[in-house]
Amino acid sequence: MHNFAIFFASIFTGNILLTTYLGMCSFLSVSKELKTSLGLGAAVVFVMATTTPLNWMVYQWLLIPFGLEYLRFIVFIIVIAAFVQLTEMALERYSEGLYQALGIFLPLITVNCAILGASLFMVIREYTLATSFFFGLGSGIGWALAIVAMAGIRQKLKSAKIPPGLEGPGITLVIAGFMAMAFMGFSGMIALT
Amino acid sequence: MLITLLVSIAVISLISVFLSLLMVIADATIGNYGVVKITINEGIRDLEVLGGQPLLRSLQQEGIFIPSACGGRGSCGLCKVKVVEGGGEYLPTELPFISEEERAQQIRLSCQVKVKNDIAIEIPEELFYVKEFSTTVEKIRNLTHDIKEVTLRLIDPGEITIKAGQYIQFVVPEYEDLDEEVYRAYSVASPPGDATHVELEIRLVPGGICTTYVHEHLKEGDTVTINGPYGDFYLRESDAPIIFIAGGSGMAPIKSILLDMEKNANPRSAQYFFGARSKRDLFLLDEMKALESSIPNFSFVPALSEPLGEDNWEGEVGLITDVVRKNVSDAQASEAYLCGSPGMIDACIKVLTDLGVSEDRIFYDKF
Repeated sequence: MHNFAIFFASIFTGNILLTTYLGMCSFLSVSKELKTSLGLGAAVVFVMATTTPLNWMVYQWLLIPFGLEYLRFIVFIIVIAAFVQLTEMALERYSEGLYQALGIFLPLITVNCAILGASLFMVIREYTLATSFFFGLGSGIGWALAIVAMAGIRQKLKSAKIPPGLEGPGITLVIAGFMAMAFMGFSGMIALT
Repeated sequence: MLITLLVSIAVISLISVFLSLLMVIADATIGNYGVVKITINEGIRDLEVLGGQPLLRSLQQEGIFIPSACGGRGSCGLCKVKVVEGGGEYLPTELPFISEEERAQQIRLSCQVKVKNDIAIEIPEELFYVKEFSTTVEKIRNLTHDIKEVTLRLIDPGEITIKAGQYIQFVVPEYEDLDEEVYRAYSVASPPGDATHVELEIRLVPGGICTTYVHEHLKEGDTVTINGPYGDFYLRESDAPIIFIAGGSGMAPIKSILLDMEKNANPRSAQYFFGARSKRDLFLLDEMKALESSIPNFSFVPALSEPLGEDNWEGEVGLITDVVRKNVSDAQASEAYLCGSPGMIDACIKVLTDLGVSEDRIFYDKF
């Protein structure tokens, strides 16, 4: 039950993008088209759902026994980088379709702060392995939901009159703010702890 | 304390070593595509390369240089190559640079296509002869207030085979804010007869990466890497009268062609219209005037669009298009060679077709 609560909470009430503003760089630059944002969103879901439990294992079974918790930033980053690189190579080799849809986005998100953020939150909030998985999955879906929604809005925006100074990232940030406010409507439903 | 330190170093190293090992193994298994074959122009040349690399890089390692300005990051869209077979699907990273027509012809960006299996491509034959040269700067000379003439002496290889009018790529090394090599194309101004030197005319473009480098950093004696030759802007074999039109540093390829005509005592009738703003933008006037007597049927027509009072200019005045229109009456049999900015070239093509030159006989080099 707790796991499902965390899962839904990380999608809606505690959306990693709209409440903590993590992963903004790719959110701003790749949200111009619905199709590409779907691809990037799917890649983020996959990477978050896999690297968060992976890092949980590294943290619990390697770092804590040696008392090296303070090394988690660097260790998490290299684990994520290696995992993403391996996945990309495998996809490129074995599945052209998946590589087309997902693989080319993987290098983009190795350095996505939301991915590292999910692993760090998992530590701070002292999740179990299963909860980490659901938290990673939910956070990924939440991130994907936000970028897809943003891409939908930006496609409509093409035909809108925008004051010259606000074009591009400016108006996108304003919209992200509104979206965050809208997501606040979910708060109070389930708490993310 | 010391033990904690050692343990942390050991653990970090262990993790890194484990992951690197994993990557090495993956590279040797998943990333190992074995030796694959690249068939060029239906078997005129076959290459055997290790698979898994971008096509652009694989070709480069075999000494075939596809023109590219960004060095393989997929941002310039220049390294287009026709992939007949084995290129796989188009990648989203290529699509912004590929038009519908090019798609139908299977034109791909060679820096994005990875060679994973046997592949068949078609490239212009001239690219077989493209090489990379290391050179030293022999001389830098000011032609005008913003155009420099740079003479490079070839070191290795020591000679270049070039057609008059072709261009080379200048490799700009890392400097100031530039953190990776970039390539920029420049026409060769020296005649093909001098195989040991390459002369370039480079105009300072405010904010330009290469032009700033050449104008503010390059010194005589420096080492410069170039590759080439490229391009199909050279004199076609025929008896047709020639109209040359150039502006600014568009002088370079025309100068090379003219010097070549001088050497061969080419009897074709030729007119050369050179446009500049005011007198301070004109250069090599004496050399061009001298060619009028050494090339059998050649005349040089410099024109200023905005001559200043102190210029005391007695030659043609007006936009180069108007000067051409005024001086050329019947051009139906002529060939035209244009080099200059895209705006100038488009305007000249319009005037020339009005004058009766058929479009397949207008050759140009836009920069």
